[in-house]
Amino acid sequence: MVKNFFKRFYIGIILLFLYAPIIILIILSFNKSKSRAKWGGFTLKWYAELFQNDDIMRALYTTLILAFVSALIATIIGTAGAFAINAMKKTPRVIMLGITNIPMLNADIVTGISLMLLFVALRFSLGFTSVLLAHITFNIPYVLLSVMPKLKQLNPNTFEAAQDLGASPFYAFFKVILPDIFPGIISGYFLAFTMSLDDFVITYFTKGPEINTLSTKIYTEVRKGIKPEIYALSTIMFTAILLLLIIANRKSGEKNIPLRK
Amino acid sequence: MNDTKPKHNPLLERGLMLPNANRMKLFSFPYILWMAGFIIIPLIMILFYGMTTSENRFTFANLAMIAEPINYKALALALLLSIISTVICLILAYPLSIILNNIKMKSNSLIIFIIILPMWMNFLLRTIAWQNILERTGILNTLLTFLHLPTLNIINTPAAIILGMVYNYLPFMILPIYNVLIKIDQDVVNAARDLGANSLQTFIKIIFPLSLPGVISGITMVFVPSLTTFAISSILGGSKIVLMGNVIEQQFTLGNWHTGSGLSLVLMIFVLLCMAILSKYDKEAEGSSIW
Amino acid sequence: MTMKKLTLLIALALCGLLFTGCGSKDSSQKVYVYNWGEYIDPEVLDLFEDETGIKVVYDEFQVNEEMYPKIKENAVQYDVVCPSDYMIQKMIQEDLLAEIDFSKIPNLSNIDQAYLDSAQGFDPGNKYSVPYCWGTVGILYNKTMVDEPIDSWGALFDEKYSGNILMMDSVRDAYAIALRYLGYDLNSTDRNQIQEATKLLQSQYPLVQAYVVDQVRDKMIGGEAAIGVIYSGEAIYTKRENPDLEYVVPKEGSNVWIDGWVIPKNCKSKENAEAFINFMCRPDIALKNFEYITYSTPNKTAREMITDEDIKNSSVAFPDQSVLDRCSTFSYLGADMEAFYNDEWNKVKSGIK
Repeated sequence: MVKNFFKRFYIGIILLFLYAPIIILIILSFNKSKSRAKWGGFTLKWYAELFQNDDIMRALYTTLILAFVSALIATIIGTAGAFAINAMKKTPRVIMLGITNIPMLNADIVTGISLMLLFVALRFSLGFTSVLLAHITFNIPYVLLSVMPKLKQLNPNTFEAAQDLGASPFYAFFKVILPDIFPGIISGYFLAFTMSLDDFVITYFTKGPEINTLSTKIYTEVRKGIKPEIYALSTIMFTAILLLLIIANRKSGEKNIPLRK
Repeated sequence: MNDTKPKHNPLLERGLMLPNANRMKLFSFPYILWMAGFIIIPLIMILFYGMTTSENRFTFANLAMIAEPINYKALALALLLSIISTVICLILAYPLSIILNNIKMKSNSLIIFIIILPMWMNFLLRTIAWQNILERTGILNTLLTFLHLPTLNIINTPAAIILGMVYNYLPFMILPIYNVLIKIDQDVVNAARDLGANSLQTFIKIIFPLSLPGVISGITMVFVPSLTTFAISSILGGSKIVLMGNVIEQQFTLGNWHTGSGLSLVLMIFVLLCMAILSKYDKEAEGSSIW
Repeated sequence: MTMKKLTLLIALALCGLLFTGCGSKDSSQKVYVYNWGEYIDPEVLDLFEDETGIKVVYDEFQVNEEMYPKIKENAVQYDVVCPSDYMIQKMIQEDLLAEIDFSKIPNLSNIDQAYLDSAQGFDPGNKYSVPYCWGTVGILYNKTMVDEPIDSWGALFDEKYSGNILMMDSVRDAYAIALRYLGYDLNSTDRNQIQEATKLLQSQYPLVQAYVVDQVRDKMIGGEAAIGVIYSGEAIYTKRENPDLEYVVPKEGSNVWIDGWVIPKNCKSKENAEAFINFMCRPDIALKNFEYITYSTPNKTAREMITDEDIKNSSVAFPDQSVLDRCSTFSYLGADMEAFYNDEWNKVKSGIK
């Protein structure tokens, strides 16, 4: 009992740590005063004004689409790459992994600047496409790093066993290997999605004047103080995801409970 | 969806060789192409900038800038703070991952969601929110005063930056460790117990070595962004504390692309060295680590 | 913001991947504007689009030094940019700016001649720029947290306020303060004087709570610090949020700055740029901007139209001549001096003696 209490307590503390700033931001979205340092009373007006604010809404769409598309492409390329690397001999594998990890090892600013130098040198106009390419690039390693450990933990015998039992390699792949590494792919996708959503530096250097993501929008707003509409938007996004998560969990929970030991 | 997966023994053969290795290699083409175009070539451009003057003459002067006291002290401080942050992340994340693993949630994607969820609020915003908490008249101090406890003044100190790093990168430590732990076969653990190992021995001999790939991934994912950050240090350090990332950012915003590139090269080499040292302790897990 | 736009964006994203760069160009008129963050009333841009049919593509920068490389390296082609005085001078010297055709800007007559005269300092003959906003750099202090009214830069170096000082995180502004306090010219090119200023700033380092630009407003409103360095345009807003705050231009003198519209040489459409600048000089538009951003306007007709008497006669927004007499503008000091200032400032910021 005591042990269980400590475990729960520990989880609670960590979650409090992770969620404290979010609670603050949610509170600020209801703050009547425009300054984050002063509580001016409760209001809902920022939520109403948010939907009038074309700039913020446009930045939101850009951010979401960018995250969705870049994570999807990165997941496809990254997962395929993980299989290929895993099948390689040691030396090429180490080299490939090294290259893959470069965007993670580099300061974001270096990756951002180096891509900008490339785009400018190619006379490729900076805009949505350049940011998308950049996001895919830094997302791939996150997918790869999520999928690789799963591939390593795979038991080749199950794959062989499936084939021995008459499954085609293709069928065996989808029935045996894919389910096993699927959690890795999913977490890779979401990690990539989230990284893209959260990125500021690389977007900042590769974007053109015609687009803004939420990050770059927020950054430029720091000068005059962050608009409370942004807090409102973050609160809505956060709540939406939370609800989605709860619903999804309900559904999968109903199906899965009996299977757990 | 994760609950139907078969048990397997991770102690078996590590580098899985699927049949048709040649066909597997086809998978790598889009990937190799992508990496060449968007990683290698841009890096060559940085290398070019770092090794030339603004008149396009070859020089080592940009690299030598690291010998300036401002620059190497910024690097040393960044190194110190990022090591501390990484260690704290590891200390916080490992027990958490074990507890989460033992809880046997209905769905482990739920746990992943809960850990990633905070990142759905923009990181600049979340870091600014920490200012609200840590400020002298901030929430934490109001709370402490209310409880008649002495107030804390850590905003604009290295401690605040460490806190910011730990906060921002903790999920990157939790996720890989947790991901590896849930894959460890319970039968192996049980076997060790049956053979007379106590909890501690089981942990040291079985669980920890098996979780190493996750630990190494986690260390990489926390250490590198901490070492190179500039946003956290400028927001929570009040621009009083200059880290390597700030120095490089400064050079680029001032338009000194050559000096900035040179210092970036130094930083890169430095990170690679750290990773090489790390990989010495991780021969087994080669693959999820860096080199 | 309809579904159509959403689908369009998705389609664009996918097509952009296959045929890089396709589909994003349309032939309608556009003007690319590059301005300071939050330095315009967004409604003004809508009005401009409605009246002229020219679409505004609006982008923002944080400091002059960030804007400059983008123009210089030709990474993006902007039609109108809004740098500060010394940066305009630098860009003129480096031949990055186009001469403005003033016959296209009849509304220039609304700009007070006094500001055009002082703009001659960085733009001789007023050929390249049109003033947009101006202001001073001064001290904002919290009356409840200091013992006596502050009137000197000396307060920023007073150990009494250790940990309660917010210093400007901008090289030219920081050195202007130190140089003026020491009695030197804020455009000093004397290396000994600058190094003396460095020593002063280094001695200030332990007293400073944080080096800030934007965040000074929120921190001062929240009572985080007693004294902060701030641009005059921010003072009206902060005082409105926290009446304990007071703005002063110290007796030693300070910097008076002007931000102006310029047209880069590599612009896409000079005509549209000039139409935009002309629009910004229209009194009702200048007034709208002033009321939104609260930075002083050089537009005399607009100033006469201000209805709020307190603001119209505010000594913060429109300081009297005696204050301006002790202020001077920045000028560009050349690449070598610029690098020297930057190196010295980096020394200060790193906290190394």
